[in-house]
Amino acid sequence: MTDPLSNISNLQSRRSFLLNTGMGLGASALASLISSRGLAAQPNVQAKAKRVIFLFMAGAPSQVDLFDYKPDLQKLFKTELPKSVSNGQRVTAMTRGKEQLIAPTMFNFSQQGKSGVWMSELLPHLSASADDLCLVHSFITKSINHDPGKTSFCTGTEIPGKPSMGSWLSYGLGSLNKELPDFVVMPSAFWSGKVNVQALYARLWGSGFLPSKHQGASFQTTGDPVLFLSNPKGIDRNVRRRMLDSLAEVNAKHYLEIGDPEIQTTIAQQEMAFRMQASVPELTDISMEPKEVLDMYGPEVSKPGSYARNCLLARRMAERNVRFVQLFHRGWDHHTRLPENLRGQCQDVDQPTAALLKDLKMRGLLDDTLVVFAGEFGRTVYGQGNITRDNYGRDHHPRCFSGWLAGGGIKGGIHYGKTDDFSYNVVEDPVNVRDLHATMLHLLGVDHRKLTFPYQGLDQKLTGVEDARVVKEIIA
Amino acid sequence: MRPRTTFQHCMPILKWAVVTVISLSGIRAGEISFNRDVRPILSDRCFACHGPDAHERKAKLRLDLPDGADGAYRTHEDSTAIAPGSIDDSEVWYRITSTDADDLMPPPKSQKKALTESEQEIIRRWIEGGAKFDDFWAFVPPSLPEAPEVTEKDWSDQPIDLHVLARLEAEGMKPSEDADKRTLIRRVTFDLTGLPPSLEEVQAFLADKSPKAYEALVDRLLSRKQYGEHMARYWLDLVRFADTNGMHKDFYRNFISYRDWVIRAFNDNLSYDEFVRYQLAGDLYPDATNDQLVASGFNRLHLIIDRGTALPEESFYKNVVDRVTAVGTAFMGMTVHCATCHDHKYDPLTQKDFYSLFAFFNNLDAEPETESNPKNGLQPPFISMPTPQQREELSALETRLDELGRAAEMMKEGGEIAASEPDLKAKLEDLANEFVAKQKAYKKERDQIDSQVAHAMVMKEREDIRAANIMIRGQYDAPGDLVERNTPGFLPAMKKAGETASRMDLANWFVASENPLTARVAVNRFWQQFFGVGLVKTSEDLGAQGEVPSHPELLDYLAVSFMESGWDIQALLKQIVMSRTYRQSSIGTPEQFARDPENRLLARGSRFRMDAEMVRDQILATSGLLSNTMYGKSVKPPQPDGLWKAVTMIGEHFEPDTGESIYRRSVYTYWKRAMPPPQMTILNAPVRDACVARRERTNTPSQALLLLNESEYLKAARTLAQKILDPSNADVAHRMDYAYETVTSKLPDDKERAIFQKLLDDLLESYVRMPDLADQICSGLELDGPHKKAELAAWTVIVNTLYNLDITKTRE
Repeated sequence: MTDPLSNISNLQSRRSFLLNTGMGLGASALASLISSRGLAAQPNVQAKAKRVIFLFMAGAPSQVDLFDYKPDLQKLFKTELPKSVSNGQRVTAMTRGKEQLIAPTMFNFSQQGKSGVWMSELLPHLSASADDLCLVHSFITKSINHDPGKTSFCTGTEIPGKPSMGSWLSYGLGSLNKELPDFVVMPSAFWSGKVNVQALYARLWGSGFLPSKHQGASFQTTGDPVLFLSNPKGIDRNVRRRMLDSLAEVNAKHYLEIGDPEIQTTIAQQEMAFRMQASVPELTDISMEPKEVLDMYGPEVSKPGSYARNCLLARRMAERNVRFVQLFHRGWDHHTRLPENLRGQCQDVDQPTAALLKDLKMRGLLDDTLVVFAGEFGRTVYGQGNITRDNYGRDHHPRCFSGWLAGGGIKGGIHYGKTDDFSYNVVEDPVNVRDLHATMLHLLGVDHRKLTFPYQGLDQKLTGVEDARVVKEIIA
Repeated sequence: MRPRTTFQHCMPILKWAVVTVISLSGIRAGEISFNRDVRPILSDRCFACHGPDAHERKAKLRLDLPDGADGAYRTHEDSTAIAPGSIDDSEVWYRITSTDADDLMPPPKSQKKALTESEQEIIRRWIEGGAKFDDFWAFVPPSLPEAPEVTEKDWSDQPIDLHVLARLEAEGMKPSEDADKRTLIRRVTFDLTGLPPSLEEVQAFLADKSPKAYEALVDRLLSRKQYGEHMARYWLDLVRFADTNGMHKDFYRNFISYRDWVIRAFNDNLSYDEFVRYQLAGDLYPDATNDQLVASGFNRLHLIIDRGTALPEESFYKNVVDRVTAVGTAFMGMTVHCATCHDHKYDPLTQKDFYSLFAFFNNLDAEPETESNPKNGLQPPFISMPTPQQREELSALETRLDELGRAAEMMKEGGEIAASEPDLKAKLEDLANEFVAKQKAYKKERDQIDSQVAHAMVMKEREDIRAANIMIRGQYDAPGDLVERNTPGFLPAMKKAGETASRMDLANWFVASENPLTARVAVNRFWQQFFGVGLVKTSEDLGAQGEVPSHPELLDYLAVSFMESGWDIQALLKQIVMSRTYRQSSIGTPEQFARDPENRLLARGSRFRMDAEMVRDQILATSGLLSNTMYGKSVKPPQPDGLWKAVTMIGEHFEPDTGESIYRRSVYTYWKRAMPPPQMTILNAPVRDACVARRERTNTPSQALLLLNESEYLKAARTLAQKILDPSNADVAHRMDYAYETVTSKLPDDKERAIFQKLLDDLLESYVRMPDLADQICSGLELDGPHKKAELAAWTVIVNTLYNLDITKTRE
């Protein structure tokens, strides 16, 4: 064992000190570190992606108006959805017992890119990247309400208390960088959809029963982006450095006396905290971004907390190898006045999302960055409220919904999965939420069946107890 | 501990760690214990397809039982699964050692690891030794074990110590020295009250040379009010106590009476059997007391959704499952919810057993969803508990309101009769209006008093007992066979007082002496509180997939003596902290820490990071800011801006409290499930949306940032710095010693003094040079001149440094 004091005597060589203290990490800490390092070194599947940016559209965008093109529905305006289609399916408390009258989309679709995939007019910028997108129309979930829906989308099960996707990745794959969290969450601070804005919950990025170092770091819009990052008033970086030097010296002395390697971990983490105080502000400072890049993300990028700003930050995080970045954009729950609210929401996300894809691509990062865009479920083809051709609402719909994946080993410019003529049931290639999770893990080089953690007597998995399928057909 | 960590194959070093740990509960030469050695292997690798779950059972074989048509000894199509005494005749042996992938068990495609050589060896020796099955240890009622023989008889004659020492001696190890008195008073004060000892208490204990000094200290600590607050905190994790509903709009709800009751119950040393009975069935006592009713709120602590979005039938089902799950985790130490969809794969709990338990809890007389923003956060059924004065005031107001109502009516009627006399009519109408206005004012007053009255959400049965069905695959809308209220078939039968079993019968069954689980689960959790890890590490799961106990006889001894003492919690705790095992020094060599990182063998005192609440409370206590106010409404100490806003759907904005409230103990901190206080969650406090029997402990950069930079913690550092510098403070003979001792309960040695003195000099120099920076620390204070400010700033940073020492946040 190296004598930490001999290293401390030369505080200039802090790095070597840390490396040495790292060697003496407590066995418990070590075990948790090793599991991740080990896998990063030896993935059990060939990895195509290194990191994920998950654009989560909380509230559930309408697949009928955005992605699932059903031109024949126009003729069925305000006719009753055939019972043979809905087949006694449960509906929410809001539309239970009411007539189910078809509300065709008022928006136009057209074929885009070389691949000719169908896109809604609401997403003009994203349409320009159509050849990069794999549009999945056959997502299915069991949840019919937001809270369980988001919980199961983000953690694999409706039952609260399980680790989130990002935590599983952080646990399974470990860090690619030393100075930033593995898993960052950025909820938009504002959005255009003004009806029914649904809540978020810390459990959506929580670590459940995994060690809490794997929990998502939710970046704040006001104040410190990472909680408690800044020195308090009256302590500057020099004072902090000076104080940490003595702190490390006394802690190291105690380590020699007490013998508990956990003390060395404390010293190492205090040093890491000091480094983060420099690396995080550098990450969130966009003043050096060229104007043409900022313009690409649109005018909202100038506002902290906007979806556009968060997209730009997501790219900066991808450059710095943050493993999992999850954006939450709320405001998609359009039970009423869908056209107006959906327009606003699309305005929020269309240009910045397209810019993110382009930006990643220009930097060669799209190849190994998987981008996913989805909400917790879809919306009903039948309308809510007094529907007209250009004003209608839609209820929650778990039986089919659309989302897309891009980059990170995904085939671009394709439609995957088919729904029936009413965008109601999946008729081909269903993709359960757990299948999406399994596919994401596969792209990252992890066999979802092997990413386990023993808890409550089970080898717990992100994909749960039911069989999950890697959707190989969408992998390039 | 079984080596179940994922990816262990990847790193040799982890293998080393695992091997080291294995030796802790590994095989002792010559003897194979089915429960300790064999069952964990079978459970982990075989039970999923060859276990209690009849539905999933393959090849008509179960390996959890020896006999019966499917039992392990059975012969099926000429093949005997396990032939006692002969591995050659045992198909199981062939299967687990086969090199043919088609025959190998567990099958490679099952994702279960093949048996290691040492595991095969255990199975071989077990079969050859007669393949004896024992009932699962946790399902057999504990019996008082004989005191083990030890060599070092002088160490202690206390039963706990004898069990620990016997194990150490079997491993060729020795216990450590006793901890020094400063460490000991700090340890036991934190362990029993969650707070550090004061300087005076440390001095008094050092000065007390009587052999009874320590025992007297323990008695004093157990009698403190802070004891109940500290004990309650662990319980509140276990029952997922929170101030909000945890779903959808996450409305406020009012459970503060329940928290108050838990604190009082521990302080009054309510026996554990009553503690359990009150919570499970307090509402069913004849003439139930307020305490019993409040405690029954345990059954209401689950997450609940507000009306209008989910399907009520589904919400109903989820609520009941959540309730039963809590009972499973808290009182049975079992993961009962696994059996919502199918028979349990590892434990003999059938799906029918689960729904028979469900049948006790599906009869709450309330809607399954709550209204929006209920008044005072109360969702029916609830009770009011006005003080005598409040009761009097309320009743007086009600009488006045009645009178006013009648008077107003009379004036109105009079006005109608007097229609022909406009003057009189106007007068009467004026009077009526006046009465109505008065009524309004009184109503306001009544509501005002009512909002101050203590209320409690309680359990209440409906008149008719609701039928319960097995729900096929755990789906709320797929009822299968009807079931009756009953306890699981593999445990001792329940006695019924009446025709139909009641929750009270169930509660009595839990605390009956023949119940093998309740006492073990409880003492194991209490043990965990004092040693960082339970005798069974998986304190939430004592079932087949849980860990086997490190000291099985000790666990049984504690369980039996706990029951025999009349479930006396304080007596149990006193016995634990009086043990020599507990009083050992936690100092070790790096080799000792490496050999037994979690201190499962107890060859030393345990050393582990304190929980978030203790970390915060000790900063408040040592700085002198801590408020001693007990009970009542949850409080909101400041937190970084915008956290609630980022998640809310009803426009909530976090408004911190001010004044004394923000310095109350953390057990009173407002807990919003959607966004719990970061000062707590960063240090591993659970979200409280699921029952948690043990917190994990990590050591992360975010924790370092919190302790270095949290502004309230820095304010506390400044407050202590002011005390240090206060010339009128006679306690301060030597400033640095005073600071160090106040925070750590220890005196610095010369080397530490020198390091801190140098730091102080450098800080002083910096702050003199940068008066603006010193000003920022001293903002809001009246100080004489820049030097005083620099001095306070420098000392504030000194205290901030002390608060960040590893020994400060660690219970040693």
